[in-house]
Amino acid sequence: MTENGAHAFELQGVNIYYGSKMAVNDVNLMIPRQKITAFIGPSGCGKSTVLRSLNRMNDLIPGARVQGGVFFGGQDLYAENVDPVEVRRRIGMVFQKPNPFPKSIYDNVAYGPRLLGVRGKAVLDEIVERSLKGAFLWDEVRGDLKKSGLALSGGQQQRLCIARTIAVEPEVILMDEPASALDPIATQAIEELMKVLVQQFTIVIVTHNMQQAQRVSDYTAFYSIRKKEEQGGVENRWGILAEYAPTERLFTNPASEETERYIRGEFG
Amino acid sequence: MSTPSEAGTMSARSTAVDMRARREARTTIFRRPRPGETVIQLFLLFCGVLSIFTTLGILYVLGSEALLFFGSGLVDLGEFFTAPVWQPQAEQFGIMPLVSATLMTTLFSMIVAIPLGLGAAIYLAEYAKPQTRATLKPILEILAGIPTVVYGYFALTFMTPLLRGIFGQNTVSIYNVASAGLVMGIMILPTIASMSEDALSAVPRSLREASFGLGSTKLEAILKVVLPAGLSGIIAAFIVGISRAVGETMIVALAAGAGPCKLYGENASCFQPFGAAETMTGHIVRISGGDLSYNSIDYNSLFAIGLTLFIFTLVLNLISRWITNRFREVYQ
Repeated sequence: MTENGAHAFELQGVNIYYGSKMAVNDVNLMIPRQKITAFIGPSGCGKSTVLRSLNRMNDLIPGARVQGGVFFGGQDLYAENVDPVEVRRRIGMVFQKPNPFPKSIYDNVAYGPRLLGVRGKAVLDEIVERSLKGAFLWDEVRGDLKKSGLALSGGQQQRLCIARTIAVEPEVILMDEPASALDPIATQAIEELMKVLVQQFTIVIVTHNMQQAQRVSDYTAFYSIRKKEEQGGVENRWGILAEYAPTERLFTNPASEETERYIRGEFG
Repeated sequence: MSTPSEAGTMSARSTAVDMRARREARTTIFRRPRPGETVIQLFLLFCGVLSIFTTLGILYVLGSEALLFFGSGLVDLGEFFTAPVWQPQAEQFGIMPLVSATLMTTLFSMIVAIPLGLGAAIYLAEYAKPQTRATLKPILEILAGIPTVVYGYFALTFMTPLLRGIFGQNTVSIYNVASAGLVMGIMILPTIASMSEDALSAVPRSLREASFGLGSTKLEAILKVVLPAGLSGIIAAFIVGISRAVGETMIVALAAGAGPCKLYGENASCFQPFGAAETMTGHIVRISGGDLSYNSIDYNSLFAIGLTLFIFTLVLNLISRWITNRFREVYQ
């Protein structure tokens, strides 16, 4: 268990199951504070599953189970007395598809602070402005905060979701393929934004896009798939953490052949 | 590429070749008549138009008979809407006592059906495990399949004695609007629960996740995100429930009372939850069940009631449509 403060998360022998099916096996990982850590790997390798275990989002899926230790600042997130609601207040999440609430831009951003009991128009106004500025959205929407969040473009919606997340000032922002539904220009905006946000927040991002991982992240975890033929010809597949290294080293000098083949685009 | 003639000689024909032979058997690419399609299209049009004509027909009958009633000289519109009693024998035609009873029973039914129906919907959509839901929802929907006459006797033999036991024999009459209304609420509950549950289940999971990701509890997510997003569907469910309550006949005919109440003046008896009162539907069914001579003023008066009832439900439907469009939170 780490107490030195350099790491936000420490995963020790993490297995994740959906029902009786193992989705991820034996992940050991240290995620540093105030860095961007990217999870890459082929579809079905469990990278999103691991990401969602970091703020107990998996709790919402019936039958999902996490074994092993997921430590956040030294505290086991899956300890009996840990409240998942409190966990998610500290570890926010941005999803693959932009999912603003069908409410005004203002109410979207004010949603989290209001949950925390923040009242008073002046205070909320200030939080909304600060968060929208933080997500580089303020200049585009400042005159029209009453407009529905759904009236924005896809890229703007995703930045609204980021603004909504930073409004509650979490310690970590988890991003599950945040740009995969966006066009290249909107994607670039999100990437720029991440580079600024990392000065304040720890960011963990799942991405299908290896160039994106290369462009934005400090560390990269490459997940891969293992298979086993069971009785009766049923094939069992699960994900493993194949390699974890500083991004530059992983992409220029990978330790395993599998990683090399993946980053060369030979499978995925 | 093989030609059709070659295809015929091949022992194992590929479908591609078969298709080509079929296509070439047709000589032109020009339109050909398809009579079967026309017939079916006409039949479907007939199905669609039938309900419109039925509605128009009903409206015509209601309207023309009601015109005879208002044209009889025995009643004018002002009296119709203000007179304190409905007593055809005494040629007193005030619709309001009947309307008031309908409103009372509807009110009581909604007191039961809206909170319980919405509660059941929230439980089924948000809390119940899939298995619980799969068991519970069909059972709930069985309630909707029970004939209303059974509910009527349930009101009379269970709810009324219960109310009399609680509030006292002297307070609660044998026939009373509260009993009929409460049981009507039980009858409508599954409709509201089922429709509201559909509305809640249609709210995308991603919105719930967004809320949880911001650190909301389950209840906060439901109250602040899911319910507002499903609001138009829920309100539509309420309005359908109210429409059913307004139009419901058997329960009120059996349990609410067999005579119109008196709206104001001496011995006014309307708006008393534990008193007897006859609703619009209850009155129509009682009077038309007796020996009523055709084209008498009594007979025509029933159509005036029917027309009022029709306008009631029409207005409710219009409100429902307006609300659905106005408050729809469009989510992706």
